[in-house]
Amino acid sequence: MRAMIVKEFRQLRRDRRTLAMMIVMPVLLLVILGYAASFDVSAVPTVVAGPAAGPVAKALPKPLTLAGTYQPGTADAQPPAAWARDQLRDGHAAVAIVTGAGLATQVLIDGSQLFAAQAAERALAHLRGAGASTTDSVGGTPGASIQILYNPLLKTSDIMIPGLAGVILVFVGTVITSLGVVRERQAGTLEQLAVMPLRPTDVFLGKIIPYFVVAIADLAIVLTVGVAIFGVPFSGSVATFGLGALLFVFVTLGLGVLISSVSQTQGQAIQLAVMTLLPQVLLSGLIFPLSSIVAGVRWIAYLLPLTYFTEISRGVMLRAEPLTSLWPPFVYLALLGAVVATLATLRFRAFLAPGTGR
Amino acid sequence: MNQPGWGASQVSVRFGARQALDRVSLGALPGQVTVVVGADGAGKTTLLRCVAGALAPGAGSVRRPDARRIGYLPPGPGVYEDLSVAENLRFRSAAYSVPDTGARLSEYLGRTGLAAARDRLAGQLSGGMLRKLGVIVALLPEPDLLVLDEPTTGVDPVSRADLWWLIARAAANGAAVLMSTTYTEEAARAARVLVLDSGRTLAEGTPAEIVAAIPGTITVRSERPTAEDERRRSWRRAGAWRVWQPPGAPVLTRGRREPVTPDLQDAVCVAALRRELGVSHA
Repeated sequence: MRAMIVKEFRQLRRDRRTLAMMIVMPVLLLVILGYAASFDVSAVPTVVAGPAAGPVAKALPKPLTLAGTYQPGTADAQPPAAWARDQLRDGHAAVAIVTGAGLATQVLIDGSQLFAAQAAERALAHLRGAGASTTDSVGGTPGASIQILYNPLLKTSDIMIPGLAGVILVFVGTVITSLGVVRERQAGTLEQLAVMPLRPTDVFLGKIIPYFVVAIADLAIVLTVGVAIFGVPFSGSVATFGLGALLFVFVTLGLGVLISSVSQTQGQAIQLAVMTLLPQVLLSGLIFPLSSIVAGVRWIAYLLPLTYFTEISRGVMLRAEPLTSLWPPFVYLALLGAVVATLATLRFRAFLAPGTGR
Repeated sequence: MNQPGWGASQVSVRFGARQALDRVSLGALPGQVTVVVGADGAGKTTLLRCVAGALAPGAGSVRRPDARRIGYLPPGPGVYEDLSVAENLRFRSAAYSVPDTGARLSEYLGRTGLAAARDRLAGQLSGGMLRKLGVIVALLPEPDLLVLDEPTTGVDPVSRADLWWLIARAAANGAAVLMSTTYTEEAARAARVLVLDSGRTLAEGTPAEIVAAIPGTITVRSERPTAEDERRRSWRRAGAWRVWQPPGAPVLTRGRREPVTPDLQDAVCVAALRRELGVSHA
């Protein structure tokens, strides 16, 4: 046994990358995720619309924080209630308060932002307790009703399944494709590819496209199961969702190929893939609300493709958010895709073009 | 030194502190088999990788045709072991845009005993069959330059004969075949031979030229010579001891000795001894 232990230590010492991952990565992950792991919502973005928007906006109970007000100036302007709903649908706010001249105030809460909605509910619990139409007030206006939109029962499955579909794709896409190039390297066929009349882009796309087809089929199955078994609504455009899914799958698979191209062994590739999977699950807003993550760590979330896919899938499936308001995550995904594809192709070029023996 | 045909001129390759190739030149002519021979670590694979285009030399130049006109068998299997024989052939045909390989391919597969194994996974083939498949896929594009890294190493005699049939067939079809081997008896079949040792050229030419260039004589004895100088110039072969006698060197060990007609293996041994002992007879 002693001989085995000594041999393992010797092998481990030679595999510097694995050793570094075993020692440095847990500490790094603990620090980053420690700052991220919080369900506490300190600020709930709130918009106020209607004639009494001014005084209501000034007296919002904590943690509701003002994200905008709207008072239509002309008769043909968009009605306050419609504006408020648009603000929630487009993800600009989690709570919208619609004040009316002499009418009961209406509070709309975005149920797709589960933790923010729960925090808003708690902050406005005194209204719930008194009934939908009460003499109590929000910010001093008389009477108020509360309506939770998009996820009225605040079901966890409704907000988790759209994002979980993304997690499954990350797992299938990044982890499985990360083995592709390493396997060629270890089997010796990479050298064969290097002398074959193939361009680096041919090899990159050739590696990705089969997994792309499988991943899209996988996504369709996951969503069908989610809708059929868990009753998750699909309120928006399938085409918009499909476009987002295509971009996301491209980034995910490209990341897998990039990881594979920088790894020497299948073990290293798996380790690296898991290292990208963990932060995506914990920092993308899937579990912990982005607004709860400490700002010093939150920027990492904006480098992760799952952050944008979660935004798109929840937006389209739960709120029927249109492409016109969802375009930012599409643009970021496209940018990430371009960066990952360029880096992966450059890596391919590096080892498909002959290296220099100098 | 410029060599005719495809090949390398004054190629040097260094991996870190190790000089893998030191100003090596080589020419591979169409329709001929050129063999690089040498012990393990001599630099054969590095030279072939340079010529095939898998490695850029640190110095010197390489002459090779367009990638579509090169067939290459790397040191490993050179095929996908999780694809069947037929799938490997289809992949290679598509990658090289080879339109129709039907009759030629059937002949290759039939002659090498692979026809019955078309649907078997390459990973399930024996070592010799795997090597034959590797050579056949390298032959598919009917290359101008066929580079084969030790195609016959570790292969049974029957499979070696099949592999040599494929190699000879490629040369007969006009390809410049460049292959490496550790077997001097195989190298003796080649049109030209390059002998490498520790990344440097020991000898180069036709097998006959290399043998003819041996200075002095070679004798065979049943016992190893007792004189230290002769012991260092002796090697064991076929149950006896061969001793290289440089021109003008006196015979120091008494006993029965017979002159032998040297072959390529003797020539390689003498070339290595000359370098090792620093003997520079013309």
